[in-house]
This record gives sequence, C-alpha cells and structure tokens, in this order.
Amino acid sequence: MTIFIPTPLRQFTGDKDTVAVSASTVAGALDELTQTHPDLRKHLFTSEGKLRAFVNVYLNDEDVRYLPEKDATKVSPTDTLSIIPSIAGGCQANRPN
Amino acid sequence: MNSATLPIELPELTQDDLTRYSRHLILPEVGVEGQRKLKAARVLCVGTGGLGSPLALYLAAAGVGTLGLVDFDVVDASNLQRQIIHSTADIGRKKLDSAEEKLTALNPALNVVKHETMLSSANALDILKDYDVIADGTDNFPTRYLVNDACVLLGKPNAYGSIFRFEGQASVFAAKDGPCYRCLYPEPPPPGLVPSCAEGGVLGILPGLIGVIQATEAIKLILGIGEPLIGRLLLVDALKLRFRELKLRKNPDCPVCGTHPTVTKLIDYEQFCGIRPETKEEQAVKNGIPQLSVKDLKKRMDAGENLFILDVREPFEYQIANIGGKLIPQGEVPQRLAEIDRDREIIVQCKSGGRSQRIAEFLKQSGYPKVANVSGGILAWSDQIDPSVPKY
Repeated sequence: MTIFIPTPLRQFTGDKDTVAVSASTVAGALDELTQTHPDLRKHLFTSEGKLRAFVNVYLNDEDVRYLPEKDATKVSPTDTLSIIPSIAGGCQANRPN
Repeated sequence: MNSATLPIELPELTQDDLTRYSRHLILPEVGVEGQRKLKAARVLCVGTGGLGSPLALYLAAAGVGTLGLVDFDVVDASNLQRQIIHSTADIGRKKLDSAEEKLTALNPALNVVKHETMLSSANALDILKDYDVIADGTDNFPTRYLVNDACVLLGKPNAYGSIFRFEGQASVFAAKDGPCYRCLYPEPPPPGLVPSCAEGGVLGILPGLIGVIQATEAIKLILGIGEPLIGRLLLVDALKLRFRELKLRKNPDCPVCGTHPTVTKLIDYEQFCGIRPETKEEQAVKNGIPQLSVKDLKKRMDAGENLFILDVREPFEYQIANIGGKLIPQGEVPQRLAEIDRDREIIVQCKSGGRSQRIAEFLKQSGYPKVANVSGGILAWSDQIDPSVPKY
C-alpha cells in the first residue's frame, strides 16, 4: 500500500512524498514505515507508542480512529494511508513582531 | 441548518447593485434574493495576509455587505509575494488601512470594520459576535484554537484554511452538527515542531488557492446553497496539483463541541499551546541578538559611544521620522554590506523592532561581530525618549 507523507514530515523520509509498504494492517504499515524511517517515529508516536494527538491517520478517506477495528484494520495493496499533521500557516497577523 | 444566520429583513438592491451583480442575478442559485442575503451578510476575516487578501477581495467583489478585518501588522516587502491586497507603495502602512483602501476602491458600497488588535481570549467573543461567518486565516496555533472555540461557543461557522510550503487544507468548522477544529486536532503540536510559513516558506500562489476556497465556502454558507465543506477536509497539493478529500467526524468526546463539553469559556491559548512568556534572559537576547532598549541606546549615544545605527526602514518612513541612523532599507542590506562598518558595533533599528531583528540576524550570519537590535524601534523611541518624533 501507499503511505502519503505530508510536507512537514518529508525531512524524515529523505524528501519522499509517498512510501510503499507491504504490511497487512494499519498498525503494521505504520510500523514498517517507522522502521524504514526511524526518525519519523518520535513525530508520530508518544514514548508509550500511542499515536500523537496532533497527528491524524486516514485509511483512504476515513479517520483510523473511527474504524471499528482501528489500527488493526486490514489493508490491501490498493489502499492508501494519509498522515495529516496540523499546520497553522496563513499570514503573519496576530503574531507580534 | 448549516447556513449562516441572517436577519429576516433583507436590504433592497439599488439600481447600481442590479448592474454590478448582474452575473449573480441571472444565476438561479443566487438571484435577487441571494444577492440581498450577501448584502445583509457580515463576514470577519481574521488576518489580512496571504489567505485574507484573496478572501477579502472576492467577498468585497461578490457584494458581501460588511467585512470585518482583524490585524495589527504593517505591510512588509516580504508580504507582497502573496498578500495581493497590498501594493509596493503600502510598505510600512498598516495592513488594515491598505486593505480598506483596496476593498472600498473595488466596491465603494462595502462597509469595512477595522479591528486593529490581536485577537485574544479577552476580546474574541465580543469581536466575533457581530458576524455571520468567520474566516480564519491566521498563522499560529493559539489563534487557531481561539477562533475555533469562540466560533463553537457563539455558534458561528468558521471557513478554515491553512497553508504550508506547497500544501493547503480547507474545511468548514463549527457549523451546527459539523465537527470543529478540535474534533480534527484535539491538541496542538508542541511549540517548534511545526514551522510557520515565516520559517518554512510558502509558495505565493497557494494562499490564493486556499483563500478563494474559504471565500467560496463563506458565500455558500451565506446563500445556503450547495454542499459546504462541513465534515470534509480538503487537502491541496500544489506541486502535484492534486486535491484529496478526507471525512471529518464530529467527536462526541470533543472538549468544546462534544456532548459533555469541558471547555465552556475561552481559555489561555498560549498556555494551551505550550507557549510560555519570554523570560528575562530571552527578552535580553533573541536568537543570539542582544536586545537594546531605547533608554540604554539613548544613554550610550549621550555617552558619545561610537555606535553605527542602521535604520532598515523604507525611505518614506525615514522621511517621516528618524533618529539619525544610516538608512539602508532592509531589502538593500545584502547588496550594500560594504557601507556597513564591520569594526563598529551595529545597532539595527526599524519601526517596531521586527524587521531590524531579522536584519541583525542576517548581519550576524554575514560575519559582523557585534550586532544589537533596538527593541520597540522608533515607536518606542517616540514613546519613551522623544515625543516630538512623530509616530506613524
């Protein structure tokens, strides 16, 4: 399956915007991703191995948190996984200089 | 109902309106009724920067009756790559004044309400309450959460847009029955992990794309037509020019819009985002640059110290007021380093201390051994040292 890497995290995947993995579940896919790119791990997971609250993972267009089996959900090679971290950019107003 | 709440009595269209909005009026989805809704509508743009520029311009053109603008910044040359409401001649002007001028030139019937302030927990509810739709185009997490919570508490829809480098996000939050920003991101990232546009850069055209999506959503909410981006997160990748859409669900446990909310009034958003006030040491040295108060600068000048005061404002600002520094506008500094004496201490000064800090950092990187920044700039000088120096 394909994992989409968002711009802020591409510095940890050698600038790759997608990474292909062969795992059979969502958790397995994230595991494979962070094994190949270990620097990503601390940006995605807490030290207890929980997905960070400001990172969302979507299987196709569905938030993994709302899937019945959550990260144990089975994935097929045609599925996509998207990592969506929060970004705040807009303008420089409301930030005193 | 997910559309904006408008007054029952809609204003009549004038003959000028009928001519100006004829391309709207012949659309069955807008028509006279819709145009009257737009005329009655009040939209608040939080920020008149990258996202706020196209957003405000299109809303003004579309005939939105009242546009509120929240900003306290001045136009900087580095804004012009994307903030298309401002022109080169506006550098150094208040963004609010510059934006008002362009908007009323485009549509003289528009009522512009200027809120020259930093949105805060103390003023947000009071400012937002008078508007039908809020369009959030800020660049920092505390304001994002503040705008979200205020919108949820007031029941106002928030046309959300956010950008980073080549990537954008858009959605409509806080509409009745829809998810809010906190349903998507319950917590902000720790400070420093996600760079801002100022640090990470942004493709100039991208806020145009995303800001126009926000404007589209605001207009649809006012008209009550189409399918707003409620419960959907639109992702835009400008490099691949790929649009993707993800489902957003309302989180029943959301602390602000869930079934048992724990956030029932505005909180301290700086603290929520892990941002602590600057310590004494940080106030004294910022990014390796000593911060010189105007009082200390005056003392050192009076003592006859051999200081090189570098004024990095624009020539017209210098004409309005100066403290006798050498004028090299910030954009020309890299080409004019030969005019800046490496052997002396360089004291960089601007209007309020922002531009001069960036130039001070640049000079330090360029190998100048002693560089300091005048904190508060010439405005502080006028306030604390010499009131005869005009403020602008």
